Amino acid sequence: MVEWTDQERTLIANIFANLDYEDIGSKALARCLIVYPWTQRYFGGFGNLYNADAIMNNPMISAHGVKILHGLDRAVKNMDDIKNAYATLSELHSEKLHVDPDNFRLLSDCLSIVIASKMGYDFTPDLQAAWQKFLTVVVFALGRQYH
Amino acid sequence: MSLTTKDKNTVKTFWGKMSGQAEEIGCDALSRMLVVYPQTKTYFSHWKDLSPGSAPVRKHGKTVMTGIGEAVGKIDNLVGGLITLSELHAFQLRVDPANFKILSHNILVVLAGMFPNDFTPEVHVAMDKFLSALALALSDKYR
Repeated sequence: MVEWTDQERTLIANIFANLDYEDIGSKALARCLIVYPWTQRYFGGFGNLYNADAIMNNPMISAHGVKILHGLDRAVKNMDDIKNAYATLSELHSEKLHVDPDNFRLLSDCLSIVIASKMGYDFTPDLQAAWQKFLTVVVFALGRQYH
Repeated sequence: MSLTTKDKNTVKTFWGKMSGQAEEIGCDALSRMLVVYPQTKTYFSHWKDLSPGSAPVRKHGKTVMTGIGEAVGKIDNLVGGLITLSELHAFQLRVDPANFKILSHNILVVLAGMFPNDFTPEVHVAMDKFLSALALALSDKYR
């Protein structure tokens, strides 16, 4: 089981309390598709992904980015048992969506960068550490049911 | 994933914007690396102070960024242009190449924070590719 310090719990709770899902979610997914173009393989049915502008203005991608970001909510609500909280989502990504789990890491890197962009100096090293630890745990849980 | 002409121009242009704050960027990136990835501290056990923004961290951040600036100038032939630096990292410093990726990530995080409007997805992908190519050139002499 993952150990969280009180400081880490507070830092993570604060990020989510002030999180603009619409803004951050859409930007993070769009950035992922642009910076790591091979991730576009999972979005064949999402319309125009022809270039960066198209991706950034694609409403289906925006909506999906928000949906993905809300997927982190269950981790915040189950900090002490993230592994089990993601069991069904992990199975979904493996058995139905067939997503290479390395992509979770790519998206979480983009998420950190978008949040850094929004928060500037407020995204302190300690906050970055707590946030990235949180994402690492979620990414691990999402990959857990792959076989 | 080689650098296209567009990538190289994007990197050079962005470097022009950021080079004035290179020392700050290097210091912040290194500070973050030591905090967020504590295993990287093992390479700096000879420093008195590993806390964010400390004197040795600031000094070394500047050293690293100077190297990156050099690489921007040699962007058309990173492997050939960085032989000496590669030999340094391979034979003397012996930094596990996995750590280049870690530092690169932290540089990107700092750039996003310091240049939120300029660090667009296009600049991000060009810089990410450049730092990856740079890491590859630095590891060239390892074995």
